Amino acid sequence: MSASAGATIDAVVDQVDRVADQVVSLVLRRADGQPFQPWQPGAHIDVHVGDGLVRQYSLCSSPDELDHLRIGVLHVPDSRGGSKAVHALLAGTPLTISEPRNNFPMRDSRRYLFLAGGIGITPLIPMLEAAEAAGKEWTLVYGGRSRNTMAFAQQLEDRYGPDRIRIIAEDEAGRLDLDQILGMPRAHMLVYACGPGGLLGAVEERCMGWPPGALHTERFVASTLGAAAANAPFEVELARTGTTVTVPNDKTILEAVEEVGVRVLSSCRGGLCGTCETQIISGEPEHRDAVLSQEDRDAGEVMLVCVSRAAAGCPRLVLDL
Amino acid sequence: MTVITHDANVLGEDPFDTANLLDPYPFLGRLRDAGAVSYLESTGSYAVAGYQEVYEVLTDFETYISSGGLGPRDIRKDSGWRPPSILESDPPIHTVMRRALTGVINPSTVRALREPFTPPAVELTEQLAQRERFDAITDLAEKYPLRVFPDAVGIPDVGREHLLPYGNMVFNAFGPENYIFKQAFAQGDEHAAAVMRNCQRENLDDVGFGAQIWKRVEDGLITEQQATLLVRALLSAGVDTTIFGIGNTLSVLARYPAAWARLRENPKLAKFAVDEALRLESPFQKFHRTVAVDTVLGGVHLPAGAKVLVFLGAANRDPRKWGENADDFDLNRNASGHVAFGMGLHQCVGQPIARLEMEIVLQQLLERVAAIEPDGAPAPILHNVLRGFESLPVRITAA
Repeated sequence: MSASAGATIDAVVDQVDRVADQVVSLVLRRADGQPFQPWQPGAHIDVHVGDGLVRQYSLCSSPDELDHLRIGVLHVPDSRGGSKAVHALLAGTPLTISEPRNNFPMRDSRRYLFLAGGIGITPLIPMLEAAEAAGKEWTLVYGGRSRNTMAFAQQLEDRYGPDRIRIIAEDEAGRLDLDQILGMPRAHMLVYACGPGGLLGAVEERCMGWPPGALHTERFVASTLGAAAANAPFEVELARTGTTVTVPNDKTILEAVEEVGVRVLSSCRGGLCGTCETQIISGEPEHRDAVLSQEDRDAGEVMLVCVSRAAAGCPRLVLDL
Repeated sequence: MTVITHDANVLGEDPFDTANLLDPYPFLGRLRDAGAVSYLESTGSYAVAGYQEVYEVLTDFETYISSGGLGPRDIRKDSGWRPPSILESDPPIHTVMRRALTGVINPSTVRALREPFTPPAVELTEQLAQRERFDAITDLAEKYPLRVFPDAVGIPDVGREHLLPYGNMVFNAFGPENYIFKQAFAQGDEHAAAVMRNCQRENLDDVGFGAQIWKRVEDGLITEQQATLLVRALLSAGVDTTIFGIGNTLSVLARYPAAWARLRENPKLAKFAVDEALRLESPFQKFHRTVAVDTVLGGVHLPAGAKVLVFLGAANRDPRKWGENADDFDLNRNASGHVAFGMGLHQCVGQPIARLEMEIVLQQLLERVAAIEPDGAPAPILHNVLRGFESLPVRITAA
């Protein structure tokens, strides 16, 4: 699916736990016993799952504990084999992975609403911990088909209590009521949402009533549920100037382009006003804005560079800048 | 932590007196220098003019609410002259209305406007380029938005003459009920009734933004009354401010011949020139918010129910944000973050349409005009909250 970028690490599967129906949690350690590089909530790693397949899985362990990393992986029977291979791993198996990288960074604010669909809970777990440690006001709304499919639900409820953690299992309470959850925007509240595309599309639509920049999403692609959609840093070629810029995981295209002195008109910088709309000459974007129409998304001819990125498997975007 | 509070500096000057309306910047500089928050004796409201405080008021929409109205009176206690608009609403009512508008005005619907919006700009600027002198306001800025925007909304031809007087009422009502206000409201009922009529479903064409907004009623997202009010919001917010935006941009560029020459060489910079001009001469200069609960801003205690006068135009010239040359037009400046369109929850939803109109007019003018300079002093308009000119004579050299 995607080429790996950067150095690989020899790791070992230290522990395998079945944490929900169809979900396993893997604890990974470096083969040389060294700690991993520091990482921030929202980060993921590449996992080389064999046959040249590389998958991105979000980290759900604590950034304070660098002696190991934990990922949670949903088994998707009809996918191309990534999750199946991961589910077949046993404790003690060597595994090639990358250092943690982050394209879903958590911005500082006064309040947070975390919204998880299914296995989308994984990148949010370290965020809850960070929000709690910093004394922020926060809640998690976690939706899934039934409690036994919802990884880490019970642990989170035990740790933070039902006031902070709202578990909405479809077989008990129906689907997430997004009109209710997102009907009342709060000042200085950021929304971090992760899950399948259908859920995030519905969240984006409702966040049209929120302040620009409030919504932050990470898509888990349907074919490889449990894997983050976009991956490594990518390159942006600016067709007018011939310059090529690398966009790291913790910067937006807009920020990276501005740093090399190229001007892009922008206003809300939150994917809502459309001022920074840019023509795509080649490459495939992953849209993270809340306003482009479905036709625009399908056509792939324009993108909002303040929030959107290159799609998984697309190492280079050529933009009309 | 104990928050140390002090009383606001009391200012005797009146931001709405004629001299300060016609030439606002010296007063705004004094206001910024007086402290983070001042108390205005003349209006009985608090005032914020620094970028940081203005940004805080705009983004904390729970503490500084909009449902009290954008004028000096609290319309929750003292009903306004018309049903409250989206600008005068808070979540959750604001949320559904905003969703409906954003679903209608977005990058793809605005992109489609470039084609119909261009020929009228070509025609107007072609005519003007044949003259040596013209008035950038009456001959261009006031003409262009009225040529294109009502069509985009889809209102009938009948009654369009009420749009400008209506906009004049709406915006002047964000200030006190002074003689300017009274003049604007002289035939208020007639203008308001005519505009409201054009917001009804049966009076709108089938393709414009108006019809698209009404479709959201069929979707069950908004009520019929909300649809009417949203179309009204487009009509009241989308004309005057764009006229002032075009006029103000030209008023700035006429003073900066080097910038004009550079834009001629690189017309792609037109949108940046517009953005910087909006920062420097913001059409929408100020409006009120209402304090919902006792709070502290810039070390000053603000009591619940107080009105805060938010000076967007002053924040956009705050040297602490924009540097020592904040009062200069600088084509190289990254003006991103200016609050000319507001910020946060209520940030102007029509912003992409306004930018498109301003950019198209400027680009067409650049194509046909080699140089532009003031031909006598511009006449600033006497307006409670908007900054602009009623006349801007210019002399040009055709390309």
